[in-house]
Amino acid sequence: MAKIVVVTSGKGGVGKTTTSAAFGAGLALKGYRTVVVDFDIGLRNLDLIMGCERRVVYDFVNVIQGDANINQALIKAKQLDNLYILPASQTKDKDALTQEGVEMILESLRETFDYVICDSPAGIERGAYFAMYFADEAIIVTNPEVSSVRDSDRILGILASKSKRSVENMEPIKEHLLLARYNPKRVKDGDMLSVEDVQDLLDIPLLGAVPESEAVLMASNRGVPVVLDGKSDAGDAYTDAVARFLGEDLPHRFLHYQKKGFFSRLFGS
Amino acid sequence: MRLLDYFRSPRRRGSAQKAKDRLQVIIAHGRANRNSPEYFPQLREELLEVIKKYTKASNEDIKMSLEREGSYEILELNVTIPTTDTK
Repeated sequence: MAKIVVVTSGKGGVGKTTTSAAFGAGLALKGYRTVVVDFDIGLRNLDLIMGCERRVVYDFVNVIQGDANINQALIKAKQLDNLYILPASQTKDKDALTQEGVEMILESLRETFDYVICDSPAGIERGAYFAMYFADEAIIVTNPEVSSVRDSDRILGILASKSKRSVENMEPIKEHLLLARYNPKRVKDGDMLSVEDVQDLLDIPLLGAVPESEAVLMASNRGVPVVLDGKSDAGDAYTDAVARFLGEDLPHRFLHYQKKGFFSRLFGS
Repeated sequence: MRLLDYFRSPRRRGSAQKAKDRLQVIIAHGRANRNSPEYFPQLREELLEVIKKYTKASNEDIKMSLEREGSYEILELNVTIPTTDTK
């Protein structure tokens, strides 16, 4: 029986899709059969971030409406055998999502996969609602910036009151904080909220801080999840976060600013 | 640029603390209202009005929360009244 994990944030552009792709790839690397589901109906992007945009034939809404079965819509990632994506529809409206349809799809994915990652759209409307409704665990992607932190808090409120687990009085969704676009230098200078600040404010356990990194843009240019795109600080931070998600106790590597020495300036890294 | 930073007025540095202070207020406020009934904000405003009518307590002196315990809801109202100024 798979775990359903929603990657959500409220605010747009904080790194949900990057995180969904990185976690999908990270879990698959650890040997888990993983599928990443794009809930951003009408604005699909997960396919592009994962480099399989030209292989999309059927999508989420096609399966809900019975035009295709789930196996026809799933796309296997090029890089890994046990990683799949279910693309969102690009043409249909988000109203095409129905509770029964979403439940039917997630239940059938639960049977064949170990992890179902739901990549939520921004906002708190229909797509975001269905992405979180059936979740067992939630990864809250937050940037160290006022509007993102406030929106994350709002999303935590919604998870606690509107999800299936809360409505049916089951054990609450397990929440994890993932801080993205973290810049330890600016934190040191006192001009960016620190990991500790954000944790104080949101009061949920930290999976990791992903440093602001050129590697993320480069990986997206190539259509490769950042954990698979060579060695990079952001890739390593995500790999660590996935290990912590799976229960490993790892020290945090990217929280503090390290002044670069003469040689590392010369030779990089 | 670095050199200029050094001379920049200290008032412009340390904006993160300001961000945290503002978020603390807004998040606490949001959480207080999270699971409360729809009439709660209105009730809160009206109670504040009444308290302020008889005392010089300001908004910061009045703390109000709604706690849930089993099937009960407990409305907790905590007012710090400045001593010298009963009207």
